[in-house]
Amino acid sequence: MLGPRKISNSESAARPKRGVPEGLWIRCPQCKATIFRKEMENRFNVCPECDYHFYMPAVARIRQLLDSDSFEEWFTNLRPRDPLNFKDRILYADRLKAEQAKTNMLDAAIVGKGFIRGRPVVVGITDFAFMAGSMGSVVGEKLTRAAEEATRLRLPLIFVSGSGGGARMQEGILSLMQMAKISAAIGRHDQAGCLYISILTNPTMGGVAASFALQGDITLAEPGALIGFAGKRTIWNTVRLELPEGFQTSEFLLRHGFIDRIVHRKDLRTEVARIVDYCGH
Amino acid sequence: MPPQSRLPFEKDIAEMEDLLARLENGADPSLGVSEEVRRIRRELMNLLRKKYSDLSAWETVQVARHRDRPQTLDYVELIFEDFVELHGDRAIGDDRALRTGFARLADFRVMLIGHQKGHSLKENNECLYGCAHPEGYRKALNKMRLAAKFHLPVICLIDTPGAYPGIGAEERGQAQLIATNLLEMSRLPTPIICVVIGEGGSGGALGIGVGDRIAMLEHAYYSVISPEGCAGILWKTATEETKPLAAAALKLTARDLFQLRVIDDIIREPLGGAHREPREMANTLKAYLLRYLRELRNIPIPELLEQRYRKYRRIGVFEELTAPQPVAASSAAQA
Ligand SMILES: [Zn+2]
Repeated sequence: MLGPRKISNSESAARPKRGVPEGLWIRCPQCKATIFRKEMENRFNVCPECDYHFYMPAVARIRQLLDSDSFEEWFTNLRPRDPLNFKDRILYADRLKAEQAKTNMLDAAIVGKGFIRGRPVVVGITDFAFMAGSMGSVVGEKLTRAAEEATRLRLPLIFVSGSGGGARMQEGILSLMQMAKISAAIGRHDQAGCLYISILTNPTMGGVAASFALQGDITLAEPGALIGFAGKRTIWNTVRLELPEGFQTSEFLLRHGFIDRIVHRKDLRTEVARIVDYCGH
Repeated sequence: MPPQSRLPFEKDIAEMEDLLARLENGADPSLGVSEEVRRIRRELMNLLRKKYSDLSAWETVQVARHRDRPQTLDYVELIFEDFVELHGDRAIGDDRALRTGFARLADFRVMLIGHQKGHSLKENNECLYGCAHPEGYRKALNKMRLAAKFHLPVICLIDTPGAYPGIGAEERGQAQLIATNLLEMSRLPTPIICVVIGEGGSGGALGIGVGDRIAMLEHAYYSVISPEGCAGILWKTATEETKPLAAAALKLTARDLFQLRVIDDIIREPLGGAHREPREMANTLKAYLLRYLRELRNIPIPELLEQRYRKYRRIGVFEELTAPQPVAASSAAQA
C-alpha cells in the first residue's frame, strides 16, 4: 500500500504515445477519414466518423472510468528487474529503460482503488504502450496484490486489459507463471463471493487472454478489439487458410459465446455501475 | 537406433553406436563378449555421459522433442497397472492430443491426464503432435473435477509444443478454456502432481500444469514461448543461428527452472536421454510419483490448497523500492 498517487482529472487527456500519432489531424485506420485530433480526444479517443476505438493510455482510462479525483494508486514502488539477463538484439534492461522513459511508467500495469459513480472498486489496467502491455513479474504481482486487496476489502474488481504480447518473453518462464499466480488470486476473490468484471480492449492476446482477462464473472469488450490466444501469423503458418472475416474481434467472440456484452467506451462507466448494482450485497 | 531418430549433435555417438551394433551382430555368440566390444561400450558410455551432462538449451529442446521419447501412453504401458480412458469433454468432441482417465499406480488409484504426441506420422496426425484444442482442456478439467469428487489424486504429464493455433481452436475459446483451467486447478480440492516429460510449451502446458508438486524430467524444457517463436519475433527470423540463441536466452531447461524456483524437482534421466532407456525412465518416474502421492495424501485439503496458493504467490522477480516512487522522476533519472 506504499506510495498512493493521485491521478487528477484536470491533466490533459492524452499524452502522445504509440498508437496515436501526433499532429493536429489524424487518419482513422478503420474508416480512413482524416479527423480532428481534439475531437477524437474529446470522445475518449474514439473516431467521430466510425466509432473506431483508438488506444487509450492507462492514466486517461482511469480519468474516464472513475469518478473525478477518486483514484488512489497502489504499489507504485514495484520496479521490473532482468532475472534472466535477457538479451536479444538489445538488452532487456535497456529496453525497460527506454519503455520507462517513453511512458513515464515503471511497468505496464496501474492498480488502485477508486469509485465508479460512487461505487467503490479496485481497478487494474494494463497499458499497451509499455512493451505492448505484456505481463512480466511486476504486472503479475501488481494485479495479484490488487485482487488480494479486493478480496480483503470485499470490493468488486475491475481489470481493463490491453496486451498484444500476453506473457512477456524477456522474463521467460517467470512470465508464464504469473498467469497461474493471478489466476489463483482471482480464484480466491471469487471464492469470497466478490464480483470481478473484466474489460477487454484492443488488443488482448496470448497469456493475458488465457488468464485474468477471461476469468471474469462478467466479460465486457470494447468494439472491434482484437482478442484471442494465438497470433494471426502463427495461425496462418499452421493452417495456411484464409482467416474468416472479423476473426478474433470482440464481435467474433460475442458471436461464439465468450463475451457478455460489447460496450462503447463512452458507456463503460454506466454499464459497470449498472452491473455492480446487480451483484452487490 | 534407426538413423532418422538421430539428433544432429550426436554424430560421434551415432558412429560409435553403429560400430558397436556391427560388432555385436557379427560376433560369434559362443565366444562371449569380446574385449573390443567391451571397450567400445565403455567409450560410448563416456561419450554419452560427457555430451548429456552438458547439453546446450537448444540441444535440450531437440532431446525433449525426440520422436522415440516416451510419451503419456508409453508410461501407461510401462508403469500404470490399469487405464480406463475417459473421452468425453461433454461439449464438442474427443481431443486426441490430451488423454484422460482412471489409472492405477501401485496401490494408488489416480486420475491421469497427459498430452500425447504420437510416435509415427499416422499417430502425429491423429494427435496433432500433442497440440490440444479447447475441448482437450475442457475434458481435462471435467476429469479433474471427477477426481476431486472421489478423492483421487491427479497426475498431469505435460508434453506439448503448445496449444493448437487454429481457426477452430480460437472459435471454440482456446484462451477461455486455458484461463478456466488455471483458475480451477489453483483450487481443485485434491492433490495434483505435474511432470513435464518432454515439451512444456507455454499456455498449452500450463493449462494442465498447476499443482502441488511440479517436476521436470532432466532433459525436458518448459518455456513461455517456443525458441522458434521467440527467434521469429526478437531476432526477426527463426534460423539455425537464431533458434539456439533464443533457446539459451529463454532459460528453459530443467536446471534453469529449478534455479528460478519455478519447479520443485528435476527427475534424472537414463544415460543418453529417456529415449534410449524408456523402461528405466518409467521406473524412475514411478518412484517419484509414488513418493509424492504418499506425501501429499497426508496433507489436509485446506492446508494443501493454502500451500498451493503460496507456491505460486511467491513466483516472480522484481524490485520493491522502500520509498514511494515519484513515477515520472524515476524514469527521467534513468533515461
Ligand atoms: Zn473512423
